[in-house]
Amino acid sequence: MSILVVAEHDNSELKTATLNTITAAQKVGNDIDLLVVGHECKGVSEAAAKVGGISKVLVADAPEFAHHLAENVAPMLVNIAKNYSHIFAPATTFGKNIMPRAAALLDVSQISDISDVVSGDTFVRPIYAGNAIATVQSSDELKLVTVRTTTFEPVDAEGGSATVETLAGSGDSGLSSFMGQDTTESERPELTTARVVISGGRGMQNGENFEMLEKIADKLNAAVGASRAAVDAGYVPNDYQVGQTGKVVAPDLYIAVGISGAIQHLAGMKDSKVIAAINNDSEAPIFQIADYGLVADLLTALPEFLAELEK
Amino acid sequence: MKILVAVKRVVDYNVNIRVKADGSAVETANVKMAMNPFDEVAVEKAIRLKEAGLAEEIIAVSVGPEKSQETLRAALAMGADRGVHVRTDIETEPLAVAKILKAIVEKEGPQLVLLGKQAIDDDCNQTAQMLSALLGWSQGTFASKLEITDGTAEVVREVDAGLEKISIKMPAIVSVDLRLNEPRYASLPNIMKAKKKLIDQYTPEDLGVDVTPRVKTLKVEEPPKRSAGVIVDSVAALVDKLRNEAKVIS
Ligand SMILES: Cc1cc2nc3c(=O)[nH]c(=O)nc-3n(C[C@H](O)[C@H](O)[C@H](O)COP(=O)(O)OP(=O)(O)OC[C@H]3O[C@@H](n4cnc5c(N)ncnc54)[C@H](O)[C@@H]3O)c2cc1C
Ligand SMILES: Nc1ncnc2c1ncn2[C@@H]1O[C@H](COP(=O)(O)O)[C@@H](O)[C@H]1O
Repeated sequence: MSILVVAEHDNSELKTATLNTITAAQKVGNDIDLLVVGHECKGVSEAAAKVGGISKVLVADAPEFAHHLAENVAPMLVNIAKNYSHIFAPATTFGKNIMPRAAALLDVSQISDISDVVSGDTFVRPIYAGNAIATVQSSDELKLVTVRTTTFEPVDAEGGSATVETLAGSGDSGLSSFMGQDTTESERPELTTARVVISGGRGMQNGENFEMLEKIADKLNAAVGASRAAVDAGYVPNDYQVGQTGKVVAPDLYIAVGISGAIQHLAGMKDSKVIAAINNDSEAPIFQIADYGLVADLLTALPEFLAELEK
Repeated sequence: MKILVAVKRVVDYNVNIRVKADGSAVETANVKMAMNPFDEVAVEKAIRLKEAGLAEEIIAVSVGPEKSQETLRAALAMGADRGVHVRTDIETEPLAVAKILKAIVEKEGPQLVLLGKQAIDDDCNQTAQMLSALLGWSQGTFASKLEITDGTAEVVREVDAGLEKISIKMPAIVSVDLRLNEPRYASLPNIMKAKKKLIDQYTPEDLGVDVTPRVKTLKVEEPPKRSAGVIVDSVAALVDKLRNEAKVIS
């Protein structure tokens, strides 16, 4: 039987998380279909057909899918589920919102946020904020799985030539409607895919001081992240948050500035290849996991850091 | 309206997690337990809705072993009116909990069910969405704002791109994120009062729900340990290390 991967996109662009999710699915099998649910998303279905390793792209383009409301998308998944042994989606807020709804309608126990595939029914996933790693086996015939994208390399976005098939809409449930959004626009790379991430915590003291991180980020082609405390204090928007309840990142370099290193923060960044930390408290727990630590006041260290990069 | 709030008993978020020596599970014996932090936010929201005159009764529900009653008492001490304990010693999966909650919803007839967005032990983030599917109700997940006006709920959701605002029909299921509010501490008089509040008891069998796990845990391991690296003495040394030793910046 084949595997269905649910593509994440915003009706204009296919998100990289989709490509990581396909790699996870390939560890189970090679007959993979990609589902694009959206509205006026022709560009996405064209991009999807080019992705490496895909047999078929299924496109459901209808007004009720414009904002990926779970009440409308889940029934669509249920309709086509019988053709598949597995359904994979990224463990992003998009996948987390839709997949459990489909799972319950299908009477399947979902496996969330997998970090590895052992076999078609056995998966590895972090629990307790990554403080333990569980290997779990599903006895459901159909497997519904969400994928921790940072632990799987993306497949090639180009080189494939999948056929495209159109699916009908499933109608509007009438239960919910989209009213608006408030998103952060930035020229910098996305937090979850950036090669370098520089994050600030409560130690940054205010939103203005984050400009120092932004300047450094621009030099390093990095994304800017934050701890929960910095978001709660209103220094930066919620989509900056790294951690157990925010985003999981695993860049080549993670720089933590004015962040103490609570386990809930580490849950989102401890798989980074190299970790550097700047903190004025030499006892801060972040230093226990940092490859490079600097005990300094960030208000003087950050301008110096920028100056060094400009050298 | 009535509000149902789901509260789970979990290992306290401050505890250092240890894996059992036989690799079967995380050690929970003799470990400090507490209400799942997201569920405290859910209870707080229910109380504020009641204080605003939008709800008459708050019923807290917990599924789990005998000791889950402590978690219910904590919710009652914060201000919930009644408790429902569904007793099972099996480690329940979100699908089973959702089925149990559905049965309680059918008994109690709430207009709104509040849950946490995730339990900090299994980190599943499933139960609210599943309950909503089983009831055929609307869902507002990862809520950092929730406003109720005649028959609809307006929910601001924390999503990867920022914030999203949706309007959902009541009755509704809402899963809460931490920034929705700051939960109150229970006062001593309220802790005393909570001892007298009623807790109804059921078993999954009473409710006709099969809680047999579909997912088996084969093993639980410690994550790979990261060790402390070096402390450098200047910004110049840090940049030099990142450039020339780690080679992660140019
Ligand atoms: C259920 C739950 C989920 C959570 N999820 C998350 C999550 O997803 N992400 C997350 O980050 N947190 C999360 N938290 C919160 C977490 O427990 C910590 O409270 C939070 O990470 C602390 O943020 P911080 O390190 O910025 O602040 P603090 O712990 O206050 O640390 C600030 C640091 O800045 C340093 N500092 C201060 N001034 C300076 C200066 N001038 N120069 C240099 N250093 C300075 C201090 O020495 C200190 O180490 C969660 C908590 C709970 C209960
Ligand atoms: N055993 C349980 N008893 C009561 N509520 C639960 C239980 N398990 C999960 N929940 C609710 O569902 C939310 C999400 O849990 P989960 O889907 O396991 O991450 C929790 O925050 C609780 O509100």
